[in-house]
Amino acid sequence: MAVLAFGSLPRFLVRTAYAEGRSTRPRIVIAVFQRGAVDGLSMVVPHGDPEYYRARGSVAIARPAPGNPETALDLDGHFGLHPALGPLKALWDGRRLAVVHACGSPDTTRSHFDAQDYMESGTPGVKSTPDGWLARGLQALPAGSPSPFRAVALGPQLPRILRGDAGALAMSSVADFDVKSEMVAVTGTVDARRGFESMYERGVHDLLYGTGRETFEAVKILKAASPPRFPPANGAEYPRGPFGERLRQIVQLIKADIGLEVAFVDVGGWDTHAAQGNERGQLAQRFSAFGEGLAALDRDLGARMDDVVVLTMSEFGRTVRENGNRGTDHGHATAMLVLGGPVQGGRVHGRWPGLRMEQLYEGRDLAVTTDFRNLFAEIAIRHLGVPAVAPLFPGFPIDPARYPGVLV
Amino acid sequence: MGIADQAVEQELRAYPILAMSAAELVRDYPRPKPQDVQKREASGMTPKEMTPKEMMDPFPPERRPYRIIEAMQAAKLTRAIWSERQLQEVMVDFWFNHFNVFALKGAVQWMVPAYEREAIRPYALGRFRDLLRATARHPAMLFYLDNWRSTHADFIVPAGPNQGRRLGLNENYGRELMELHTLGVDGGYTQQDVIEVARCFTGWTIDRPEQGGGFVFRSRTHDEGPKRVLGHLISAGGGEKDGERVLDILIRHPSTARFVSTKLIRRFVSDEPPPALVDRAARAFRATDGDIRAVLTTIFTSPEFFSAGAYRAKIKTPLEVVASAARAIGAEIEPSSTGAPSAPSGALVLARQVAKLGEPVYEAQPPTGYADTAEAWINTGALLNRMNFALALAGRRLPALRVDLDRTVSGADRSQPQQVLDRLLTAILHGEVTSETRAILAAQLDSPEITRVTDNDRIPKNTDVQKLAALVLGSPEFQRR
Repeated sequence: MAVLAFGSLPRFLVRTAYAEGRSTRPRIVIAVFQRGAVDGLSMVVPHGDPEYYRARGSVAIARPAPGNPETALDLDGHFGLHPALGPLKALWDGRRLAVVHACGSPDTTRSHFDAQDYMESGTPGVKSTPDGWLARGLQALPAGSPSPFRAVALGPQLPRILRGDAGALAMSSVADFDVKSEMVAVTGTVDARRGFESMYERGVHDLLYGTGRETFEAVKILKAASPPRFPPANGAEYPRGPFGERLRQIVQLIKADIGLEVAFVDVGGWDTHAAQGNERGQLAQRFSAFGEGLAALDRDLGARMDDVVVLTMSEFGRTVRENGNRGTDHGHATAMLVLGGPVQGGRVHGRWPGLRMEQLYEGRDLAVTTDFRNLFAEIAIRHLGVPAVAPLFPGFPIDPARYPGVLV
Repeated sequence: MGIADQAVEQELRAYPILAMSAAELVRDYPRPKPQDVQKREASGMTPKEMTPKEMMDPFPPERRPYRIIEAMQAAKLTRAIWSERQLQEVMVDFWFNHFNVFALKGAVQWMVPAYEREAIRPYALGRFRDLLRATARHPAMLFYLDNWRSTHADFIVPAGPNQGRRLGLNENYGRELMELHTLGVDGGYTQQDVIEVARCFTGWTIDRPEQGGGFVFRSRTHDEGPKRVLGHLISAGGGEKDGERVLDILIRHPSTARFVSTKLIRRFVSDEPPPALVDRAARAFRATDGDIRAVLTTIFTSPEFFSAGAYRAKIKTPLEVVASAARAIGAEIEPSSTGAPSAPSGALVLARQVAKLGEPVYEAQPPTGYADTAEAWINTGALLNRMNFALALAGRRLPALRVDLDRTVSGADRSQPQQVLDRLLTAILHGEVTSETRAILAAQLDSPEITRVTDNDRIPKNTDVQKLAALVLGSPEFQRR
């Protein structure tokens, strides 16, 4: 079959088997990429480290002071959440939110472009890797989950992390994933989809027709499942803007039970070189939408969060000292958040390297004590069920003893 | 020389950015400056109280650096659709992609117009060595692949904000130069060669990149020791010439002839280049010292090029889908919209469609550029987007574009749907359509949605040309070149 020669599985052929079988719901990972390098020291503040306040003036987040909402929200006596992340505090208290601090890449680059590339390909320092680590993970999962919606990126393009042969797709929105047939007002609603479908359904003899058939199958599955029939539940309120909207649609796809295993969403605006702000200001506003969005997703999914792990990542952190423009420059390690039912929450994982001059990476940045691949591997292997021998991170030995231990 | 292209030249006058230097662009499209934010602070507002919008107010949208990329994108579509010199434009696209730079990596944003204008376009049908030399020295490439900050291992910054910082060797350009520009990943080089090549290029840097400066060689950051590259000794003290020596070695290397020929054949013949044709094209490359015209002539006159296997074997890239669709139905840019700062021009509207189909031009992040094989472009979401583009274009839902399908089907009797269909198949697919697709399209003609049957049978049937054209533009046949 020619279609196999293209390396593309005729997934639609086995889809009926999927629809009938599978009594257990899939485990789900939602990956959130904070593009632009989030300041981990403002997201999860090391208020117990006096060096933090020595290094930072106008951008420092004040020590927790009960009753004062404009101070860090204490987590464990040493770390505190940025006050704008208040909506996540309840998740921490409920032991559903974990932090991995001083997490990052072994590569030394401070280029957004290179560092994002490495975090998505899963191969720090190697640029020629053609696919993304999440795609490789999905591909290594035992067959039997051939849903066309197993991996969905909400956004206009398929991100690097999902590129490869896992059959991932990108959609700008659930509503966009259809043939837009309302083209000529005078003729009323016409169904151009039928015309396209008949042209593409005649055979599976190559990539184009195979994908064409698969496309219309997917459109029908989505239509039948009708994700928009799930309004936010449990009083969840998503923040306005693309991030909140995309999270809301991811939840709809999960509730529609169409075989989603991995969802991906970007959120930008973290490159705070100037006028970063502290408890209030530019970065605080970004955190506010970020925290509200994640908290709304958790509330909306309710009991379904038992199957879900949300993982946030960012290409690197920012300098420990603030710069001359009341901002911070490109640094090294940052903090990543993990939330969901299966999470060993209420803990800051990873070794804290300290902020004294001699403890810093190159004398300026938070040092990396958790290689991001150990965190990603723990979630891919222990939560999604990717076999440990899979080529998730080529050249990197998977060692469970090095997992940060974010899962129960 | 060659074909006159006045219409396109006229159209491109809407984008003065194309002719500007990096320094002029830095001046006119500056990076939003933190100092200005602080000035506002001094006037009584603290950043705490300012929204991101307020902080950006001193930087009006028409002066943001992203306008540069948009002008490049609009110009790219203009040329791809309307240029009479199609081979030239295809080759400019091919070489830009081969020597890719990512327009959104830092200072590259101001350098991209000059890069295409100075390093790619003049040599697109010339000699490979000129392309390689021009890209190697261009600030856009030096910045994108970090060579500008690569120094000998012990260099310590003597002054400025980074005073006292130890820099060192950056292997990025050295690696990609061999892996992607010349030899290919299996072209026979080692990690040690990467290091040696990077040492040769130390000192090749940019005179103040943030101000749009040009190439400069700085001997104090150059590694003066002897190097050995792919078995060739490069003796100590060569200075700037070390890099030139490396380029000479790479240009003459047999792997380069094969690698470049393979890529050209993949572009013009098939996703899987026939080995015999690669042999002949590589021989032409070596015999002519890398004359691109000679290599292309070998390819275009080969039996493989005309073989049944190569016929319509290639899936169109998003750029090709959009350009060929706009051309096939004679889309025109509405003159009133051209160059207006507030509304996007018709060409930019089309460029955004290309981005929606997955190929935002000048925004390929990795040094590999965009892929040139079918599986990179065909997946469920992408195919839907292609059909929706066909519907939007034919249905005249794209702003700032004039689409006159009546002209496309002129001469056909609108009450005779079959005639209209034949006319569309000729205009859009040159009549080259499988009998199955033709039959399916003909079957649509019975649908009242395509041919509006009225209650009053004195009014003749009137074919819905828009919908029929959309179906042809979204057909499997149109996805192939």
